[in-house]
Amino acid sequence: MRINPRTTGKIAKVLIWAAALSVLVVLVAIILYILFKGMPFINWRFLTDIPRSMGRSGGIAPAIAGTAMVSLVAIVIAVPFGIGTAFYLAEYTRGNAVTRIIRFSAESLAAIPSIVYGLFGFLFFVIYLDLGWSVLSGGLTLAFMILPTVIRTSEEAILTVPNTYREVSFSLGGTKWQTIRKAVFPSAIQGIANGVILSLGRCVAETAAVILTAGSALRMASSLFSPTRTMAVHFYYLAREGISMDNAYATAALLILLIFLINVVANAFVNRTMAKGR
Amino acid sequence: MDGKTRETRQDAKIKTEAVNLYYGSFHALGDVTFEIPARAITAIIGPSGCGKSSLLRLFNRMNDLIPAARVEGNVFLNDIPVYGKDADVVSLRQKVGMVFQKPNVFPMSIYDNIVIGPRHHGIRSRRRLAEIAERSLSQVALWDEVKDSLNAPGPGLATGQQQRLCIARALAVEPEVLLMDESCSALDPESTMKVEELMLELKQRYTIVIVTHNMEQAVRVSDMAAFMMIGEDRVGRLHEYSATEEMFIRPKDKLTEDYITGRFG
Repeated sequence: MRINPRTTGKIAKVLIWAAALSVLVVLVAIILYILFKGMPFINWRFLTDIPRSMGRSGGIAPAIAGTAMVSLVAIVIAVPFGIGTAFYLAEYTRGNAVTRIIRFSAESLAAIPSIVYGLFGFLFFVIYLDLGWSVLSGGLTLAFMILPTVIRTSEEAILTVPNTYREVSFSLGGTKWQTIRKAVFPSAIQGIANGVILSLGRCVAETAAVILTAGSALRMASSLFSPTRTMAVHFYYLAREGISMDNAYATAALLILLIFLINVVANAFVNRTMAKGR
Repeated sequence: MDGKTRETRQDAKIKTEAVNLYYGSFHALGDVTFEIPARAITAIIGPSGCGKSSLLRLFNRMNDLIPAARVEGNVFLNDIPVYGKDADVVSLRQKVGMVFQKPNVFPMSIYDNIVIGPRHHGIRSRRRLAEIAERSLSQVALWDEVKDSLNAPGPGLATGQQQRLCIARALAVEPEVLLMDESCSALDPESTMKVEELMLELKQRYTIVIVTHNMEQAVRVSDMAAFMMIGEDRVGRLHEYSATEEMFIRPKDKLTEDYITGRFG
């Protein structure tokens, strides 16, 4: 028996809607559950105080600061190298041995579990370079971890810039660098920024790689060489060792809000940069 | 030949001598030799794939962007070799502007679109850039339409306005030659008419070379017509070159006549 094409279309539509709806329901349920369990414990003291009795009471200010510092180091290091590599791949070379090696490495690195980066960071930065458990070791490790993402998303963003933009810029007497800076980059910035935001989110959320490299100190980090713990790590210890489920949920809720905030602020920033031209 | 043609002949802006263009092993243009008069409109016509755009892109070395492209023979602008050993591509492209088929306005403001060329050439003074923007936009009769919305996004303009913006952008670097690669093919008849009027006005000061598929357009605007054709060997060659009027009234060749009367192409 044949099903009439119109019926097939309706069935497909229902299935696709159902798929999208279930994903949405699951996501919203998880987020609401965590916010519901955590929000009541978030207050000014929780945000500004240091953790007391291992986090059973007090706040998580050092973990907030640690998260910011480690992520900032990672972004500051990975973004310039990542964007530079992406421009090299997209604009300065055509498929040759070097680009194949870079692309293959980037793809392989993107697929490696974060704990392997953690192990590498521990052996290389913490032990070999003797940086110890520190903001710097953690940030450098995360930089390596997000580099493939930054390269891939930036390269894709650059490749979607219409070639006619380059032609116009060259036809006006622009040099290669002027063309990249004035014609390609402004059109690719949105995609590049999306990759950076994604990477920043991964830094903030990362646990395995940071425990092994930044440590789990509860004190406020005073420099790049101090050990610290990030919010994700703090959450892990609170929940894993049953120290305080309430504070664990509060930390998780804060983490979700933070990632949400990063997305909103970054998008607003990108839109404002774009608005100058759109 | 009438006096006008002789006069323009003496005043050749662009000259080519036995130019051959290859894309890798593909022979795109064969032995093109002709002279393009200054302050006139020269139309390059011919069927698709005969190398019209390739020929046009020889004049501002846009073919350089294609890695396997190779040029033999000579191209002269103002009697200076375009492909000479110490030819400066940047200053060549400043002298030879180009308008493309689609109005490819950058996703920036109208103002930023106009001044990108002058900025490439190191002009930083805001007052100077503002003057350039006003002059260029006035030249394409767009100033009155956009003078109050210079900071509005360029892509927000109507297609016809966008193409005039692209022409203004090309004029902003004060070129001597304007190459137009089927620049009206994406426009509606009314916008096409505006651009054609503009071309006729601009030829007082600029040398214009257009590629067009539109025979009526070639007749309406051009002074000289170059008919290109692909041979049996797939190589594009200049088949006939004369004053437009002459070509369309008394084509020297049967093939030219068949093409311009629409029997093929």
